[in-house]
Amino acid sequence: MGKLSWAAIPFNEPLAMAASLFIIAGFLVIFSIVTWKGWWPYLWREWFTSVDHKRIGVMYVVLALVLLLRGFIDALMMRAQLALAAGGAQGYLPPEHYDQIFSSHGTIMIFFMAMPFVIGLMNFVVPLQLGVRDVAFPVLNSVSFWLTASGALLVNVSLVVGEFARTGWLAYPPLSELQFSPGVGVDYYLWALQISGVGTLLAGINFLTTILKLRAPGMSLMRMPVFCWTALASNLLIVAAFPILTATFAMLLLDRYLGMHFFTNDGGGNAMLYFNLIWAWGHPEVYILILPAFGIFSEVIATFAGKRLFGYQSMVMATMAICVLSFMVWLHHFFTMGAGADVNGFFGIMTMIIAVPTGVKIFNWLFTLFRGRIRFEVPVLWALGFMVTFVVGGMSGVLLALPPADFVLHNSLFLVAHFHNVIIGGVVFGVMAGYQYWFPKAFGFTLDRRWGVISFWCWLIGFYVAFMPLYVLGLMGMTRRMQHYADKSWQPYLIVAECGALIILCGILATLIQLVVSIRARDRHRDLTGDPWNGRTLEWSTSSPPPLYNFAVLPKVESLDAYWQTKQSSTPRATPEYADIELPPNSANGFITALFASITGFALVWHIWWMVILGLACGALTLFLFGWVERHETLMTRADLEAVERARIDRLAVFRQGDPA
Amino acid sequence: MTATLTNARGSARAADASQVADPLTGGPATVEITVAYGFWIFLLSDIVMFSAVFAAYAVLSSRTAGGPSGQSLFDLRNVGIETLSLLFSSFTCGVAVLAAENRRMGTFYAGMALTFTLGAVFLGMEISEFARMIGAGAGPSRSAFLSAFFSVIGLHGAHITIGLLWLCFLVAQTLVKGPKPFVLRRLGCFSLFWHALDIVWVALLSLVYLMGAR
Amino acid sequence: MAKRLQLYTAGLAFALLLTGASFLVAQSQLLWGPGIPVGLAVLAIAQMGVHLVFFLQMSSGPDNANNSLALAFGVLIVTLVVGGTLWIMAHLDANMTPMRTLMEMSR
Repeated sequence: MGKLSWAAIPFNEPLAMAASLFIIAGFLVIFSIVTWKGWWPYLWREWFTSVDHKRIGVMYVVLALVLLLRGFIDALMMRAQLALAAGGAQGYLPPEHYDQIFSSHGTIMIFFMAMPFVIGLMNFVVPLQLGVRDVAFPVLNSVSFWLTASGALLVNVSLVVGEFARTGWLAYPPLSELQFSPGVGVDYYLWALQISGVGTLLAGINFLTTILKLRAPGMSLMRMPVFCWTALASNLLIVAAFPILTATFAMLLLDRYLGMHFFTNDGGGNAMLYFNLIWAWGHPEVYILILPAFGIFSEVIATFAGKRLFGYQSMVMATMAICVLSFMVWLHHFFTMGAGADVNGFFGIMTMIIAVPTGVKIFNWLFTLFRGRIRFEVPVLWALGFMVTFVVGGMSGVLLALPPADFVLHNSLFLVAHFHNVIIGGVVFGVMAGYQYWFPKAFGFTLDRRWGVISFWCWLIGFYVAFMPLYVLGLMGMTRRMQHYADKSWQPYLIVAECGALIILCGILATLIQLVVSIRARDRHRDLTGDPWNGRTLEWSTSSPPPLYNFAVLPKVESLDAYWQTKQSSTPRATPEYADIELPPNSANGFITALFASITGFALVWHIWWMVILGLACGALTLFLFGWVERHETLMTRADLEAVERARIDRLAVFRQGDPA
Repeated sequence: MTATLTNARGSARAADASQVADPLTGGPATVEITVAYGFWIFLLSDIVMFSAVFAAYAVLSSRTAGGPSGQSLFDLRNVGIETLSLLFSSFTCGVAVLAAENRRMGTFYAGMALTFTLGAVFLGMEISEFARMIGAGAGPSRSAFLSAFFSVIGLHGAHITIGLLWLCFLVAQTLVKGPKPFVLRRLGCFSLFWHALDIVWVALLSLVYLMGAR
Repeated sequence: MAKRLQLYTAGLAFALLLTGASFLVAQSQLLWGPGIPVGLAVLAIAQMGVHLVFFLQMSSGPDNANNSLALAFGVLIVTLVVGGTLWIMAHLDANMTPMRTLMEMSR
């Protein structure tokens, strides 16, 4: 069994053991409930093997929410440790453990919370907004999701069996090389991210093809909703950047497994090369996350201001400008590595330039709100919170873009505050807004408003309380990733930060409570029209939830904000001409591929070579078998289609006449 | 009104071929265009991956850690034969897929057999070159230059290997199922893949072998 | 079909010529020494162009527009990654403490 032995389980570390038991218990409880209630066939048929973009999108978001909890627990543990470990005090987490926690916090939050959330929302919304029935490659979509889940699984297995990386979320060499990290932690990290990275790349290809080749008749690119434009830019970045990540991790793996010398100290290796390549991926990555969030805000603000989005063309241009520019700034992550004034100056200037298109967007949102009739529903609260918070974070970013300032503040808590400011204020607020906004579309009932408001305010206030002290601490000289510190004057700030984290915890709990409360009250909050917010884009023209085929007849698009135009026009809608629809059948391809990927990944981590070969062979066999069989689409006949649509239209008419029955 | 069938993409497969969906305003594109485009995007992402490894090679090409450099190791005669094999295999691949699209199945099978053989020759020569270098103590763990060399050339070789396996699978599938539309789409993708590998080889040949041997 | 076959054959011929030229440039004195890398790069780009036009049959026609745009984007990214890496790493290297000084410092 390679390096695997009973010593891999942390029997002698009480905290890790407790966490492991908690996770195992959680799994067993869920497993038991599902088995006892007989839900496995339903789950397998309707969710696990589904190739429907709506189902896959929901699964992505579920994964993200679960991993949010795991990543946030890491954050709470870190905050508690820092609040305690002042002066000579050591806190409660030994350094080896603390290092794993900050590494897993970053890794999980970026790769298994933010990315799945964003991809999940894009998955659900983009085909509906484009007026088509599914993404370009539905089976590939399923594969992408399950590979991401496989990566998440590996990271969580590392908690129970073995250890995680202690190298931070990017695993810089030479620390991450065998010489200084001989354990399995870095291997877990690398294989989990390689597997999920493949999933993400495939999703990028899928969405790019969908947006560029599959749109409703009449929907030219300049009639596309802004969210689809930001999805386009984000997926262009995924396709361009993730191969770099794959290559760089592969080189580190070659160093660790085959004794090569890409980044080692000896043999001519160059660790700085890793920094360069990983950030050539890393900077586009953060734009991959933020651009769809910008798109969500555009949709939300326009809808709840009751006005068309101001400056559509400049929004599109700003989005594409950010997309291209994001590939020209990556050195600002390592100004202090010594590239000299010319190089630092170029990248510093480019970094400041990239703030300009973002500023254009902010102004466009402000002008959209100006003279609008704003309805303060929960999604627009998140948007307003974002506008203030993200601007603060952006400004601290422009400050850091100056190499001389960065020399003082690099890797200090100022930097930590900056990136949390933009990621939480931008990405998290964005996906929360999207979650609240599109939940009724996905499930057929709106979320409880009161708990949504509570959650928002806890997050907003909690964020400021947790991270503003960090700006101050950074200026006072505190660096990141410290397990304890000598200067007791830092402690009050860290205690305040801990309180902020607890307020955010309330926000997260409020979101969970909101879900439970809403599910129990769902009959009262049914969305019967499919358009609870008086929306502007095509997804609101479908029922909530939409039928499997999304649109019985693909809409003919004649302008921007296609659905709004339809609602405003008084021409009576012609009876649609139905035709038979072919629907892609379910596929277990994704699930099985990811299963073997997980097994292979685990075996690679522990050097169990026979299991590696077996896993790869089974994976190849899966590929061949699924590739060999010709897939036959199921037919939904015109008659059936007509019946379903007739029923929906009748229900809608009854509702509109005010008849509660 | 003629009954039309719409597939999950929503594109109508009408009786007359003049109703080709225009991706700009006519609705969703046909499945042929969609699949080819998706595969093209995948190839571009693959080339970005190659470029990252190649950038590493470019940076590390002088870091020989006291060991051998390209000048002493590269055998340009072998490289020449490898290049010609791959180039001709690209040609035979194109001809074979063209034949399949025109239902000239004899030409197709002959072309694919040639493509496989030439590709196997390339791969065989590359493997023996690697074995020779490793045997002479110039393996990938000797120095950063050699790590990068083995990796960038090896990455290309791994793609060739996967391509050869894929070729066998596709020929088998064509034999059993015939040149159906979905098979032809896959052959088209394979041909794109094989040509792209030759393009990558041009870069490797020029910038790794020819430059390195001076 | 015949037209495409002609294109393939022409492409093969051109590629063979350019390959031969590359080998010649690398191994003989035809080009001035320092100009050899440039010559090889130009010939490589030409060969890639031949492949794209004759084998992959890329053109600027309307149904190919998206493909060409995608290619252009890919070329941009590759240029930024490879060029940027070389520029940055060269500067980093130039500013590294010389090996001799490093070894003396560690004594």
